[in-house]
Amino acid sequence: MSVRSKVIEAIQQIAKEQHVTLPAISDDLSLHETGFDSLAFAILVARLEDETGVDPFTISEDVAFPATVGDFVRAYENVPA
Amino acid sequence: MSPREIFALRDHLGAELTGRTLSDAHDVVSLTDILSHTVLGGRLRELSGRAVLLKLSDQLRSGLAMIELDGIARRMLLCPPDLNPTHLDALIADAGIDAVVTDEPDRWADTGVSLVVTARLPLQATVPVRTERATEWLMLTSGTSGVPKIVGHTLEALTGAIVAEGPARRPAPVWATFYDIRRYGGLQIFLRAVLSGGSMVLSDPYEALGDHVARLNARGVSHISGTPSHWRKLLMSGSAAQFKPGYVRLSGEIADQAVLDGLRAAFPHSSVGHAYASTEAGVGFAVNDGLEGFPANYLGNRNGVEMKVLDGSLRIRSTRTAHAYIGRNAAALTDGDGFVDSGDIVELRGDRYYFVGRRGGIINIGGLKVHPEEIEAVINRHPDVRMSRAKSRKSPITGGIVVADVILADGTDQARVKEIREQILDQCRAQLASHKVPAVIRFVEALDVTPAGKLARTDA
Repeated sequence: MSVRSKVIEAIQQIAKEQHVTLPAISDDLSLHETGFDSLAFAILVARLEDETGVDPFTISEDVAFPATVGDFVRAYENVPA
Repeated sequence: MSPREIFALRDHLGAELTGRTLSDAHDVVSLTDILSHTVLGGRLRELSGRAVLLKLSDQLRSGLAMIELDGIARRMLLCPPDLNPTHLDALIADAGIDAVVTDEPDRWADTGVSLVVTARLPLQATVPVRTERATEWLMLTSGTSGVPKIVGHTLEALTGAIVAEGPARRPAPVWATFYDIRRYGGLQIFLRAVLSGGSMVLSDPYEALGDHVARLNARGVSHISGTPSHWRKLLMSGSAAQFKPGYVRLSGEIADQAVLDGLRAAFPHSSVGHAYASTEAGVGFAVNDGLEGFPANYLGNRNGVEMKVLDGSLRIRSTRTAHAYIGRNAAALTDGDGFVDSGDIVELRGDRYYFVGRRGGIINIGGLKVHPEEIEAVINRHPDVRMSRAKSRKSPITGGIVVADVILADGTDQARVKEIREQILDQCRAQLASHKVPAVIRFVEALDVTPAGKLARTDA
């Protein structure tokens, strides 16, 4: 499974658990528009860390928190293996 | 006080009750004629009036030495097996120790302790001695990372709850505990066995659980106590099926409804009760209605134990509490009114109080205080869950999130794991505030339990 599909699947799973109705997911969608609150993002980052072994937001202090879904996915894609 | 008014352990033992034993995995000692035998090589007289450190590698000789020393030594400090040796010097200084009872005399040859007495089996015949004084019992607190605190008790305070319950019914019980008798919870059981005219089967940290249960059966154990973690381990082991105790007791940790129900199902013919006690506060009360928590009308004065709730925590005043912390910089054990703050946080729901956690065990989730025990109690209600531990994990977004490690019942179908995870999360979302719902659930094979029988929370 690609990093992208892992991220999207985790977003959809958490949306279901948190009863969040997601708009159509695209790279341009701003994270704010997903309807996720900070707790939902915290859950997402923790689950992805368990699944991929990385937490791109803790590894590097200068990674700005992403603004869009595309930025978010790339933060995971750009982590050196 | 004249000596004849003082009751020591020896005064509860006599030759009139036959067949009493104290045993471990290796030896069986008769308690019937114990007063004419010595584990101290006949050197008890030398320990009269001394402050004695009891530092033995096994519970059997420890228990026998307690019976001999009580009423003779000025004080005795019980060392649990997990005591960090680097703390010994501080404890010896704080307790004014001037003698040691040990099974490793060579280790004490060049230390400052002037009198070293070796405890050994088999017992030797000796002349019974008479009680001289009320010995002070010193115990160590568990669960602190630094030097443990020394807590001072008297035999009268330690046995207050046992005496209050009145004499044991015949036949005399055969007691056992998963605890070590050098800890408060285990010592209560040892004292019950001595005072009730019964026998006792000691635990062994190196023995497999199945072998331990076989030994409990072989010795006819009728009454047994342990922490909820001890009991969950037994329920998970599959060894419970062969065991039929009459009375099952839990103490030392929060007994949640899941573990109480699990024990009732595993031991349908036993009475299952949970007791509230701590090294400092002594035995507070027992709850025998099969439900978690305790009735709100236990507050106030009940059987000589006064309880109140202040700032969320349970406070206890009774003659069963310890009388002081001992040592050079010892803090006050009670408040100005004589109440011990247990540090156990309770919450009133309806007409019952529920334990929600330890004041010191709070985890911080995005600035909100969370008791991990409260989350575990909800997770443990899932029928496929045997045991769980909630803790905090750093999050770059909220500072912290709740994660939970969960042990599933033996033989859980791996195909159902995903479904179980979702059911647990549903259950948590229905019963807990959203920041308390675990962000991540990991299924694990085992969870660490401390030597004191409590779920390890080193990172909590």
